[in-house]
Amino acid sequence: MQPFSSLTAIGVPIDIPNCDTDQIIPARFLRRAKDDPKYATFLLHDLRFNSDGSETDFIYNRAPYCDGQIVVADINWGCGSSRETAVDALVANHIRAVVAPSFGDIHYNNCIRNGVLPVRLPTTSCNQLREQLHAAPGAQMTIDLETQSVTGPDQALYPFTIDVFDRMRLLEGLDDISLTQQHEKTIESFEAIYRDQNAWAFDS
Amino acid sequence: MNTSKTLFQKIFDRHVVLERDSGDALLYIDRHLIHDLHHRAFATLKANGQTIRRPELLFGTPDHSVPTTARTLVDIPQGEMRDTVSGLESAAKEMGFNHFDLTDDRHGIVHVVGPEQGITLPGLVLVCGDSHTSTHGALGCIAFGIGATEIQHVLATQTLWQRRPRNMRINIDGALGPGVTAKDLALLTIAEISAAGGAGFAIEYTGSTIRALSVEGRMTLCNMTIEAGAKSGIIAPDEKTIAYVKDRPFSPKGHRWNEALTYWKTLFSDTDASFDHEVLIDATTLEPRVTWGNSPQYSGSIGDTLPNPANEPNSIKRSEMEAALTYMGLQAGMAISDIKVDKVFIGSCTNSRIEDLRAAAAIAKGRQAVVPTLVVPGSGLVKKQAEAEGLDQIFKTAGMEWREPGCSMCVAINGDTLAPEERSASTSNRNFRGRQGKGSRTHLVSPAMAAGAAIMGHFTDIRSLN
Repeated sequence: MQPFSSLTAIGVPIDIPNCDTDQIIPARFLRRAKDDPKYATFLLHDLRFNSDGSETDFIYNRAPYCDGQIVVADINWGCGSSRETAVDALVANHIRAVVAPSFGDIHYNNCIRNGVLPVRLPTTSCNQLREQLHAAPGAQMTIDLETQSVTGPDQALYPFTIDVFDRMRLLEGLDDISLTQQHEKTIESFEAIYRDQNAWAFDS
Repeated sequence: MNTSKTLFQKIFDRHVVLERDSGDALLYIDRHLIHDLHHRAFATLKANGQTIRRPELLFGTPDHSVPTTARTLVDIPQGEMRDTVSGLESAAKEMGFNHFDLTDDRHGIVHVVGPEQGITLPGLVLVCGDSHTSTHGALGCIAFGIGATEIQHVLATQTLWQRRPRNMRINIDGALGPGVTAKDLALLTIAEISAAGGAGFAIEYTGSTIRALSVEGRMTLCNMTIEAGAKSGIIAPDEKTIAYVKDRPFSPKGHRWNEALTYWKTLFSDTDASFDHEVLIDATTLEPRVTWGNSPQYSGSIGDTLPNPANEPNSIKRSEMEAALTYMGLQAGMAISDIKVDKVFIGSCTNSRIEDLRAAAAIAKGRQAVVPTLVVPGSGLVKKQAEAEGLDQIFKTAGMEWREPGCSMCVAINGDTLAPEERSASTSNRNFRGRQGKGSRTHLVSPAMAAGAAIMGHFTDIRSLN
């Protein structure tokens, strides 16, 4: 997984509260392989494309926002379905961070495991950032995971908190499985005792 | 020191293999369910040089990509749908995990199959790559949806890293009136705490209303917990739970059953356990509900009119409500009972169990559907049971279509979809934009309310149908 330490990029304001993962990638694309050459177009597809395939005026279609790598969203970004393809679609578009007041829990975890940094900031801060990004299209912002801060287009600093384990995963680009397998002996001994004490659960 | 624990904490603690200083715990996973959309997981696993650590704890069945007219693999049109279903089936054969294929009566929607087979049991930790895994918490276990990378982790290690969630208790008291169901209760709960209200929490449901619900009703409520933002909902097991799991194919037998009972009797939140958040809901005035927006949090009672966004003080909600009315083709102030529907869908992991079909059939009996209506049982066994009770005949006589099990028009990637701007009454769980097909307009209701809409062509108070 690609590590994340710091990123300076164009911010894309998306003013949709409760933007569910069905919006981020519609279900009819769930069977597509990640190496599908059209994968990047699946992101926010039905907001970005009309039925005839032409583009809508959705903000991410417009220059310079289309080159953005940081999404600034509204409450409950990525709620709904557990589809990790929602993160795959972000990554296919080189989007590496999403700033929002709150996230769907499963989507949040999926972001962490794919090198996408989910940043929780207060609603008022997210509103301010989106307003600035609307006012100055193409404005850049910086997210620094080392110092846990977002620098807005106005150069104001917005500090954020993140679970230390999630932070480490992103900074080091850690693969959970190899990390866990370092504890194989502990898992084995836990499993032996646990399965013995709970034989009812494994012996039907 | 307060050593009291919530039900969730008791089960969680029992599964902690190790815990980091950060509070992240490596949890042992007792059951892993998988469906067709994750068929690529096995090729990835192999490519990474991993194997399935405990294939006997993995249970697969196709549901998302199954046409509801298909009885065998070759009935599925060639292409990505069939490849997805056959991909899971061949992985099961090759790697030796449990799999219920299309020809097996035990196949169906993974969240219907788990409890039905006794795979889901109180006190376990169960995961699946599907957000509606919260359903299984109705039996008193920790159950939550995971992503594709987490699936890889569980396959390879039979464990998963989890942060301890905060604990929320939603206590619901009062008897449900006639025609009012667990689905209405779920919609009310989401309206009360909002679609984001449960984020970061594990929710426990308690109270006299919950005790009075059947186990299937509890599944409906826990199923929709994810629509309130929480990954898991849990209900302490009681006599109903125990009667439900007894003698299921995979549930413990003989002396193992007695051992299980001993443990299950400890599964409740201690009286002085502390919850981070408490919600009280009175169910006595609850009426059948209908959603009208593009988030399950926007619903009203059948007798209501649609709210005017201009009266909403919260600006986020106001703009969301305005956008929803436009997308849904509705006007503020119109009566919910005046909303006409084009199609009706009765099914999904929320409402496709036998009690759901009985409730829909009770309304359909002796009447005629005036709009196309799809009735999709949750599993092959639900289908058989319904046919044994003659429910299929009631639906067919009413002009409704009686189909094969699967997710069908809930996720709408099996060929069952709405056309743009078509409006449904649906017993499923999500009314998101485009959920039932691009441009589709979905209203979530209970099975009886869906059947009522099918008969009348518009939403109707089923309590006034005689």
